[in-house]
Amino acid sequence: MKFIRATSQFVILTVVFSATARADAVSKQNFAAKIGYCQDCHGVSGQGYRGFYPIPRLAGQQTEYLENQLRAFVEHRRTNNVMFNVAHNLSPAMIRALATNFRHFNPRPLGGAPKNLVTAGKKIFEDGVPDANIVACAACHGPDAVGKNEFPRLAGQIYPYVVKTLTNWTSERGQIPGKPDTSAVMQPVVHSLTKSQIEAVAAYVSYLQ
Amino acid sequence: MSVICSETFQRSFEVKGVKARIMKLTRSRLAILVISFAAVFPRAGHAESLAIRNCTWCHGVSAQGYNPAPGLAGQRREYIQSQLRNFSEHTRDNPFSQLYMWGATANLRPATAHDLAIYFSTLPPQAADDGYRALEEKGKAIYQLGMPDANTAACVVCHGPNAEGVGEIPRLGGLAYTYLKRRLEQWGQGYHATAKPPMPGIASKLSVEQIEALASYLSFVK
Amino acid sequence: MAGRGRQHTQNSARRGLPIVGLQLASQAAILTIAFTTAGRAEDAVSKHDLQAKMTYCKTCHGSSGQGLRAYYSIPRLAGQQPEYLTNQLRAFAERRRTNNIMFNVAHVLTPAMQKALVTDFHELNPRPLGGAPKDLVEAGKKIYEEGISGADIPPCASCHGPDAKGNEQFPRLAGQLHDYIFSKLKNWTKERGQNPKEPDISAMMEPIAHGLTEPQIKAVAAYVSYLE
Repeated sequence: MKFIRATSQFVILTVVFSATARADAVSKQNFAAKIGYCQDCHGVSGQGYRGFYPIPRLAGQQTEYLENQLRAFVEHRRTNNVMFNVAHNLSPAMIRALATNFRHFNPRPLGGAPKNLVTAGKKIFEDGVPDANIVACAACHGPDAVGKNEFPRLAGQIYPYVVKTLTNWTSERGQIPGKPDTSAVMQPVVHSLTKSQIEAVAAYVSYLQ
Repeated sequence: MSVICSETFQRSFEVKGVKARIMKLTRSRLAILVISFAAVFPRAGHAESLAIRNCTWCHGVSAQGYNPAPGLAGQRREYIQSQLRNFSEHTRDNPFSQLYMWGATANLRPATAHDLAIYFSTLPPQAADDGYRALEEKGKAIYQLGMPDANTAACVVCHGPNAEGVGEIPRLGGLAYTYLKRRLEQWGQGYHATAKPPMPGIASKLSVEQIEALASYLSFVK
Repeated sequence: MAGRGRQHTQNSARRGLPIVGLQLASQAAILTIAFTTAGRAEDAVSKHDLQAKMTYCKTCHGSSGQGLRAYYSIPRLAGQQPEYLTNQLRAFAERRRTNNIMFNVAHVLTPAMQKALVTDFHELNPRPLGGAPKDLVEAGKKIYEEGISGADIPPCASCHGPDAKGNEQFPRLAGQLHDYIFSKLKNWTKERGQNPKEPDISAMMEPIAHGLTEPQIKAVAAYVSYLE
């Protein structure tokens, strides 16, 4: 395990420091330590983890989305005590390095969602539910749920996390009315989705590679 | 070892006394409890209660633990099973595990391990309450928030707000101070290195003061 | 007919006045309903339903209909010509214009709802999203106003208007997302006019979309994307 971790960290460092222009703003040592810290909860390859709380997959996530979320935690626009503590000491250079790094991982999805929900979930994802004014997720998240820029990747995201996130959207995100953020775009969607629709679409995306 | 033997010998007398009282009070609530327990565990026969007694010698009659054996009452079922596996495979290799648990699990059938795990997980846990109160606040802060500057993850995320655990992630709430302290230190010493990540990594970075604070806080958690 | 009427009256005369009263009342009710619906079709869409549907559209098309750069570049609807929008919604529903997501959106819309939506979107006027390379604007303006004579491409302005606000079935281009315009012009024949048996107005754009080079498309898209 340690060997795998060391090797993967070496690969990460090589990728990140050749990719980022201001690599000297983040020392290799600090970055390695910080990445290990993220991996303790988010998984060795950023695949997510089913802790007491579901910890989301970061692997393959859109860089801009990750950066936005880290900033949202710091500014308390997105409320999460643990993540506030994680994020508020991160320098902008470190945030960029971390967000860029996780983009490059591509482990298999954790899986585990109820498979019998996938067909219904696929329909909602691709077609929406026009009679209930639920937009097709694919319109913004892409047909393969890989997202783009500030629209997050959903492919391979862990099932309990997607369910929890959609269910608790307005109690966790956009918490500062004076500082509206991109999370507002999801509000009509989460408002209209029923519990079983949430579970179906969450199951569907959780299996996408 | 001799200390433990005399303690268990004393305990066996207590058990006999309890049994006598149970037999006297046939309509007591206790009797109903025993009967219903037997109904819940239909296979609970001679072999089953022997297996439980093999554990409670050291882990306490109500499985609340008895130094150095940790409490098992209310522990996660999957965690108990995974540790029994680790003991029998010798991957959990800290000194007391080697001394006691390797032998205890040497002839343990998987089906029995499974039933034992279920049984202990259903017992109500009690907090050991034996940590240092002065360190409780500090331990709680580490537990809830981690230490971002030291890159130590917050325990709460995996172990839960009341340290109750989930799935294979163990309950820490209410375990004895000395047990928790020893376990956290041993990872830093290189024992049980093949435990599932991230525990070996996290624990080996903790300082002695941080371990004592965590162990104190957790011993009070109900 | 007359015989039946007499028989009816005879029956009601036997049973008394109430039956006649009921008949008249129901006839009056029917007439009232008919005149109400015929005269004010928009009221067939309740305020609540319209608001819900608008919110739904705006989720993708932007909170003021200004468009959204998501995985796909979702076009601006604000200020769009109602006749053009109506045509497109019908084209989606009839699969003359292929887009799975918009098919699903459009095919459940009643004509009354369609009308209400296109009217509402026409009224919106947010600032353009912007983002196109500014150095292309000058060349784009030239193409927009003068066309490309060598390639038989008429000035866009001749149909879309000098201010690119469109007219009736010719869409407004002012403030449209530049990447959306690029994608549509490049893929015109793959997406529009997909039912050869039912040719539609999109056929008009085919030679133009075909004749423009990529740099020309980028230029004209950049130009119109900044127009307000």
